[in-house]
Amino acid sequence: MSGSFRTGIGGRIRRERTVRFRFDGVTYAGVEGDTLASALLANGVHLMGRSFKYHRPRGVLGAGADEPNALVEVTRGAGRTVPNVRATQVELYEGLEARSQNRWPSLALDVGAVNNLMAPFIPAGFYYKTFMWPRKAWDALYEPVIRAAAGLGHAPTAPDPDTYLNRYAHCEVLVIGAGPAGLSAALAASRGGGRVMLVDEQCEPGGSLLAEPDVRIDGLSSRDWIARTVAELQANPRVTLLSRATAFGYFAHNMIAVNERLSDHLAQPAAGAPRERLWQIRAGEVVIAAGAHERPLVFPDNDRPGILLAGAARTYLNRYGVLPGRRVVIATGHDEAYRTAIDLSRAGVEVAVIADLRPRPTGPLVEQARALGLAIRTGCAITGSRGGLRVTHARLSAILAAGKLGPPDEIACDAVLMSGGYTPSVHLFSQSRGKLRWDEALSAFLPDVSAERERSAGACRGIFALDAVLADGAAAGAAAAGIDAPPALRSTAVDADPAGVMGAVPHDRGPDARAFVDWQNDVTSKDLKLAVREGFQSVEHVKRYTTNGMATDQGKTSNINALGVLADELKRPVEKIGLTTFRMPYTPVTFGVLAGMARGDLFDPVRTTPIHGWAVENGAVFEDVSLWKRARYFPQGAEDMEAAVRRECLAVRSACGIFDASTLGKIEVVGRDAAEFMNRFYINAWTKLGVGRCRYGVLCREDGFVMDDGVVGRIAQDRFHVTTTTGGAARVLNMMEDYLQTEWPELDVWFTSTTEEWAVIALQGPKARDILSGLVEGIDLSPEALPHMALAEGHICGVPTRLFRVSFSGELGFEINVPADQGRTVWEAVWAAGQPHGLTPYGTETMHVLRAEKGFIIVGQETDGTATPDDVALSWAVGKAKPDYVGKRSLARPSMSAPDRKQLVGLLTEVPETVLQEGAQIVASRGLKAPMPVIGHVTSSYYSAVLGRSIALAMVSGGRARMGETLYSPHGAGEIAVKVVGPVFHDPEGARVNV
Amino acid sequence: MTRFSAFELFRQGLTGQSGWKPQWRSPEPKAAYDAVIVGGGGHGLGAAYYLASQHGMRNIAVIEKGWLGGGNTGRNTTIIRSNYLFPESAGLYDHSVKLWEGLSRELNYNVMFSQRGVMMLAHTVHDVQVFQRHVHANRAAGVDNEWLTPEEAKAYCPPLNISDNMRYPVLGAALQRRGGTARHDAVAWGYARAADRLGVDILENCEVTGIVRNAQGAVEAVETTRGRIKTPKVGVSAAGHTSVVLGMAGVRLPLESFPLQALVSEPVKPVFPCVVMSNTIHAYISQSDKGELVIGAGTDIYTSYTQRGGLHISQHTLEAICELFPQFRRMRMLRNWGGIVDVTPDRSPIVGKTPVPGLYVNCGWGTGGFKATPGAAHTLAWTIAKDAPHPINAPFTLERFRDGFLIDEAAAAAVAH
Repeated sequence: MSGSFRTGIGGRIRRERTVRFRFDGVTYAGVEGDTLASALLANGVHLMGRSFKYHRPRGVLGAGADEPNALVEVTRGAGRTVPNVRATQVELYEGLEARSQNRWPSLALDVGAVNNLMAPFIPAGFYYKTFMWPRKAWDALYEPVIRAAAGLGHAPTAPDPDTYLNRYAHCEVLVIGAGPAGLSAALAASRGGGRVMLVDEQCEPGGSLLAEPDVRIDGLSSRDWIARTVAELQANPRVTLLSRATAFGYFAHNMIAVNERLSDHLAQPAAGAPRERLWQIRAGEVVIAAGAHERPLVFPDNDRPGILLAGAARTYLNRYGVLPGRRVVIATGHDEAYRTAIDLSRAGVEVAVIADLRPRPTGPLVEQARALGLAIRTGCAITGSRGGLRVTHARLSAILAAGKLGPPDEIACDAVLMSGGYTPSVHLFSQSRGKLRWDEALSAFLPDVSAERERSAGACRGIFALDAVLADGAAAGAAAAGIDAPPALRSTAVDADPAGVMGAVPHDRGPDARAFVDWQNDVTSKDLKLAVREGFQSVEHVKRYTTNGMATDQGKTSNINALGVLADELKRPVEKIGLTTFRMPYTPVTFGVLAGMARGDLFDPVRTTPIHGWAVENGAVFEDVSLWKRARYFPQGAEDMEAAVRRECLAVRSACGIFDASTLGKIEVVGRDAAEFMNRFYINAWTKLGVGRCRYGVLCREDGFVMDDGVVGRIAQDRFHVTTTTGGAARVLNMMEDYLQTEWPELDVWFTSTTEEWAVIALQGPKARDILSGLVEGIDLSPEALPHMALAEGHICGVPTRLFRVSFSGELGFEINVPADQGRTVWEAVWAAGQPHGLTPYGTETMHVLRAEKGFIIVGQETDGTATPDDVALSWAVGKAKPDYVGKRSLARPSMSAPDRKQLVGLLTEVPETVLQEGAQIVASRGLKAPMPVIGHVTSSYYSAVLGRSIALAMVSGGRARMGETLYSPHGAGEIAVKVVGPVFHDPEGARVNV
Repeated sequence: MTRFSAFELFRQGLTGQSGWKPQWRSPEPKAAYDAVIVGGGGHGLGAAYYLASQHGMRNIAVIEKGWLGGGNTGRNTTIIRSNYLFPESAGLYDHSVKLWEGLSRELNYNVMFSQRGVMMLAHTVHDVQVFQRHVHANRAAGVDNEWLTPEEAKAYCPPLNISDNMRYPVLGAALQRRGGTARHDAVAWGYARAADRLGVDILENCEVTGIVRNAQGAVEAVETTRGRIKTPKVGVSAAGHTSVVLGMAGVRLPLESFPLQALVSEPVKPVFPCVVMSNTIHAYISQSDKGELVIGAGTDIYTSYTQRGGLHISQHTLEAICELFPQFRRMRMLRNWGGIVDVTPDRSPIVGKTPVPGLYVNCGWGTGGFKATPGAAHTLAWTIAKDAPHPINAPFTLERFRDGFLIDEAAAAAVAH
């Protein structure tokens, strides 16, 4: 049988516009309006994929989102490959390149199909029962083999060059699905005057009507009715209509996530055109008009290429002008398949027989088929098929009384079209946490109790007759908009009996016959029964044990049939078995559209200081500290970090260094009760801190552990200038607000983040005062007027400043706060003034070394959320007379004063050149083997240029009582000997800072 | 009980796999047991198994309000590792890893423990300090962990992006080669089957509604939706709902319950060889044997008992994954789900006795419970049997929150300066 399977007329395609595409390297011709699946069918190609487990050859089963078999890889060049795409949803474009998956060496001849021969020995869950001997073989042999056999397509290997957009929207009424119910709903809702959005997953609105060319609605052909309705909606500026837009997730408070595909259907997307857009729509009311999915029949060998859903076949015929075969067998338990038989027969296809499971089907469709002279066998089961890469025969048996089957009969055919009825799509309703009820007559779960402001309309709530669907949609749309429903529309549709069948078709094929329930994952009715036999009775267990419903089609075609099989096996009604939970997404969603624009520098905002540009121009190497870029060091010539840091350190100790401290968090604490708030919040006492004085503040969490620190200046009686660590700024401000609002609402105080308001220039070194003296106005820099830990307000280079005399280096130091927009100007003026004095820029690394030489801690480095103020030698900071402060009660617990707590000490290596690694462990003796008792760890470790040797800070158990002891740090096979010393290595008397 | 083996599979294959028996019975509750475990996840079933196999307590029951493994056992991303910072934690989790290594054979159930390595990425100088501390601490504790340069990390995990064009370039990684993944459902089923074989009654669809105490305040019985069950010992392993159950006995726990989401991609051929975690960028990823990329991140912000979270959490997670692995941007999310995790103030679990005699608890695992399943179950069984702490779970008391002997694994993510 060769030649084209394209009909001469009909369909929503443009026959005159040929579109060439390639599948597995073979060039085919389709037409505009085709999907990849319809175009392949038009070329007589049914074989489109291989199944997951047995590598069975598979043809297309459906025509839409429920497709389990026809999964392909579509590629548009490097970085633009997508695996596992449903051929039924790929719109054809010129030059489309698709490949089949999960086969080697070719789709027709797949070595993996050996699994199919092993099928009797590898039932559901077989892997739980074997592959355990010998133990090492799991990692080395079994698992790699299993992994190689599993998976479907190939993940892309190059970065995706495309962009993705994100958009938020609000509307009064959101309608999901633009079939007859959804179009009616949107039209009705739009007359309420509110904002209406209508989203639909297909490339054009119409839904099931797109395959109903002969029906007339309101006197118009279905095509014209769709066009008229869409035109009215589009003419309304309050209506947004999105096609190729799948509502995939229903979140709390009527937030619906929609994925709109923008360019995948285009042959040549414009350069830079976005590929997809994520809509997050908050709707006042939601109307779900998601339609229904056709149910396959579960009979032995129901998975051969050429066996497809009857409704899908009708869609291929009526929408795409494609015949599924020349001679077809229709197997059904439902009226809808008769429409397929009638339409195919009219299109010239030989309908060999309609095998109807029902003993006495009646109704207008059955009568029409009879009138056309189609052969109908009632009470007839399809019990098998034959064929290799395409079905050649259907095996039929009469259903006799008492469940017995008559002798089988094989009918030659090139396609079998089946239908068990329709399953309402309750996915989104269920995601919204609405409650379902089981409808025995329809064999379907239907929406029952809503959890959101939402209503379902049409087939997704079990209403199938077209007139009723149109009325239901209009009523739902009107109700959602709060207006009266419009008059009902009449159509010429012939109604079908909505009752169908579910579960397995009876057969006489013995225990080895395989009737597939989940096509993609190769789950058969036998597998389900095995799971029940092995004691898995919960539907969730059966799903997980057999993997039924866990394939990329998410069980759209398999769930209800699996329930039918389970109900039979467990002898329990379906509603007692229940359904597995529906979860987002309805269909798979691209990672990229969820990630949106967040890539590279947009992944996280980059924060830079006003002086950043100067640092870049002067060759700084930067590090990431929370969101900030901080200059780490300023190499000169070919210097590495070590050399640069030694030079920078010596410059600060001998002359002066300039450092950008702008990233430090800054919070202005203002109000009558500002001092009282500070007293309660920080561990220090603040009441007696004079205006114009600074204090080093320490903040604990309520569990008593150090959380943050920073210098705090008192600007006025009711105003504090609080600084925090760079990473802690937001955390500290949040905690302040938390305590103020929940614990101490009576306090008259408020907080303002001023981090970005100030540029902070640290000038550290013996020459600092000399450099500054010519630049400031209105500030007396003398040690008497401005001693260490004092601050003054005045001007520098004509700019207002808060000048702090503070030091994180142990040298004479100033921190010049100026308005951020003047930061660079002032920096450059200071820089220029410092040139005669040997001023040197330094970065965070040198800052770290300088403070370590002085034994100053860094929160987050010496502390790790387990250190009390006393542990890090800060008990002097505690305001001991205060009645309370955050963490005080916790600090009174017995563990907090245990003698073996880790305490801050200095370490000197026996060999001065040896620099310990930060994080290295400390033990008490040599020659220990793991697991060894550890008594501490190194928190900071550097080479100190000024001391000419290495130094380290460490937290060591009972450390302050160990001064002078020799301890060890395990290193490789041996250990490094260290001596415990005080944490202040340089200028312990503090002479250098008080000048 | 038929033993699982390749031979038995083959033999059964000759008769249509028709000879298999239920993997565990569905008995009616007895009037009394020597011990009752509340919670039929991996932790609870495992505790019952070890009570029966190690301590000879076979007249015991596990009661589960829904289906076995339906809580966090069946909702996690299956990562197993023991490279925790503090020796107490490393001890507990490594005890677990050692049990994982022999679990399939011990249970005669392939739980597919796969030691493909867990790699934790450092993106900042602070990360480097923290992870190097982990490496040193773990090695001293006898737990494997090693430091990798970015190039070594890429060699171990070829899909990794180590270029400078990332917002937070990879500066190195800590690798635990013994870490990996396992098949989560199989853990619950394997323990259930093995416990059942030893006589343990597994009671599904049986929700505890009350804990009855005698005049001395000790546990006397549990009230359930299937009737009152007398028992002198009750062990609770109910994850996010543990605080609710303990509340029935008047015990307050320092727990907050949060939704934790995870997601998988569509299955693809092998592309990702190990587990990669990034605390700074906030995501972790591995590939299941089925081929799905298994992805997770942190908890939602708000406390909740609903097993779902907000879309923005999935978005942030995938932003991170696409930043680390830009070639995966065209992959597609197939399934997303949520579990309820119970979080303690120090991010370490509570395992052991409670103030109520006869009542034992195993909870507070936060996002780390799956990996600890065998170790937690094993030591909880000891504690229930002997009414005494096991040396490994002894530090994980409830009292530590009163006394301050915390095991603060959140410290690993200490503030940046």
